[in-house]
Amino acid sequence: MSAPPILECRDIAFERDYTPIFSGLSFTLWRGQILQVKGANGSGKTTLLRILATSLTASQGSMFWHGNDLEGHRQEYRFDMLYLGHQPGVKAALTPRENLAWLRPLHPKAGHDTNQALAAVGLAGMEDVPCHTLSAGQLRRVALARLYLSDASLWILDEPFTAIDRDGVGKLEILLQDHAQRGGAVVITTHQHPQLDNLCELDMVRYGVS
Amino acid sequence: MASPDAAPPELATATAFRAVLTRDLTLAFRHRGDMANPLIFFVMVATLVPLGVTPESGQLALLAPGMIWVMALLASLLSAETLFLADHRDGSLEQLALSPQPLWLLVLAKIIVHWLVTGLPLTLLSPLLGVMLSLPQAGFGPLVVSLLLGTAALSMIGAIGAALTVAIPRGGLLLSLIVMPLYMPVLIFGASAVQLAVDGISPSGALAILGALLAFSCLISPFATAGALRVSLHG
Amino acid sequence: MARTRPLLPEWFHRLGSPKGFYQMTSSWMPWLAVTAAVLLLVGTVWGLGFAPQDAKQGNSFRIIYIHVPAAFLALAGYYVMAAAGAIGLVWKMKLAHMVMKAAAPLGAALTLISLVTGSLWGKPTWGTYWVWDARITSMLVLFFLYLGVIALHYAYTNGEAASKASAVLALVGTANIPIIYKSVDWWYTLHQPATIKLTQAPSMHPDMFYPLLVMIAGFYCFYALVLLLNTRSEILHRERRTRWVLDMAEGGRS
Repeated sequence: MSAPPILECRDIAFERDYTPIFSGLSFTLWRGQILQVKGANGSGKTTLLRILATSLTASQGSMFWHGNDLEGHRQEYRFDMLYLGHQPGVKAALTPRENLAWLRPLHPKAGHDTNQALAAVGLAGMEDVPCHTLSAGQLRRVALARLYLSDASLWILDEPFTAIDRDGVGKLEILLQDHAQRGGAVVITTHQHPQLDNLCELDMVRYGVS
Repeated sequence: MASPDAAPPELATATAFRAVLTRDLTLAFRHRGDMANPLIFFVMVATLVPLGVTPESGQLALLAPGMIWVMALLASLLSAETLFLADHRDGSLEQLALSPQPLWLLVLAKIIVHWLVTGLPLTLLSPLLGVMLSLPQAGFGPLVVSLLLGTAALSMIGAIGAALTVAIPRGGLLLSLIVMPLYMPVLIFGASAVQLAVDGISPSGALAILGALLAFSCLISPFATAGALRVSLHG
Repeated sequence: MARTRPLLPEWFHRLGSPKGFYQMTSSWMPWLAVTAAVLLLVGTVWGLGFAPQDAKQGNSFRIIYIHVPAAFLALAGYYVMAAAGAIGLVWKMKLAHMVMKAAAPLGAALTLISLVTGSLWGKPTWGTYWVWDARITSMLVLFFLYLGVIALHYAYTNGEAASKASAVLALVGTANIPIIYKSVDWWYTLHQPATIKLTQAPSMHPDMFYPLLVMIAGFYCFYALVLLLNTRSEILHRERRTRWVLDMAEGGRS
């Protein structure tokens, strides 16, 4: 028998302020898979990602991480999961290096080099420049540098390609692909069309409530 | 990669605590101007008192213990709003909340820094206000000690209110509304300690209770604040 | 595996669901309304018409028949609100959040009533509408605590977050109420002005006391009645899109 899936959602529903947003959402995410959540604006993509990241709680349904109910394994799950939202928590007054210095210990055991990570996202030479002097795309890259420093097997990325140039998009695609090949899994939302193998799709339209 | 069967991951919580502490201190240092605002407010309001009431030193001396304490309380209240606001806007708050580290501990680090950059300077500045408002000599020591303990308790209590209102647009006024009743015991014992000393009575009882209030708020606030922050992230 | 016996009886779960609660309380309402009306009527007539005059205060003391029960429930109401909030937070019970939302304005109103009646009573007794007496000051702080919970609730656009946030605040307030009361007491003994002596009423004449008891019982029933009414309307509002509410509205129309 094979190992249980990294993440399994059963019959997830969410209502905001007693108004249903989506319901009956189920999916299974295996090692090596990249899941793209699709849907129009307001269909609940970000909401779903925040539920997967345990920032929001689903109104109904359950989630399983490696076959364990998330309810009792929240802390281990958070250890094994990295979430980058629209606002990825990069402080404008700090330098890229300082930003990574406080973000890294939140997810301990990541034993990689900050300089290499910043170089990998194309920020070599800008490690010690205050972030408020950087462009939107460069700020996004600071956040993405965390992916190089992370040991988490599940990445949840909300619009990671936003504001990134074509070269950066290509690098990020390779990074996601490598992560999946190493046995990790990724959930992303994007309005672009990433060139990725193993890409599966989840269309929010199917679960929307009219 | 972590799997559920492996031993629980090494959390290195102390490292995370230090990282948040260092980060907030660095940020406070980079925004030195913001740090000065409550202090300027403190001194300016002290200038309003003689203008509004009387410059006569005998009457000012009567008002001084309570006035200085009320002003310190208001200055602390003003600064409480900023505790989580920037973190909420740029997503750092969500990153803190989603880390496997205990959120209350990270919150505690933030509150400690908040006190270091607001409550402590207010305390150090208070003797100047004592001079401006003709506080009798005997009151100076208890004023500093009571503010040292009291502003720390105020930071703790204010954090709960700041966490509850961080997701609300223009939540500053609301923050004052919900926090001020909770500030009252601190004000009562803080101002009384100074008043007792001025009247020639030992303030040690009032100061001891102030210490107890601080201990109690340390016990409750990090957990209540962490819970409130999670609610705010839902909102 | 055999199913374990449910920990809580069936009626509890029925009460826990908004629909079950609504249907179950429907039959209580007339009884509560009649009991509250009778008790309040008897208490008022007895207290205002038949109880003897106070030796020092004359007829002005009769305001206690409203002041004291209101003050009782103002404080008890805060604990009702906080307890409902705690239940809602711990067991994620929607109904408890609704009870909490219903209890907040009710408690605030009772606190205001006790403050206003106390102030009116103060004029003939102390010669002024307001004194910074320990009990009055505590009442005022309690009023502020209520206002904070209500204001916080209304500031949130998301109803669920509003319930949770105000529940946290109510709980923090509960932990603080004894501290606030004690510190205000201590503050008052420190500053007590010699001219004002509170008229204590431990040795109240039974003829004065019994109507007061009736009034307190009446206020409790009235409180329960209004709390249920508030909660029921909140249930209807929140569940307005559900089948059972729509069915009921249809039934009422036809």
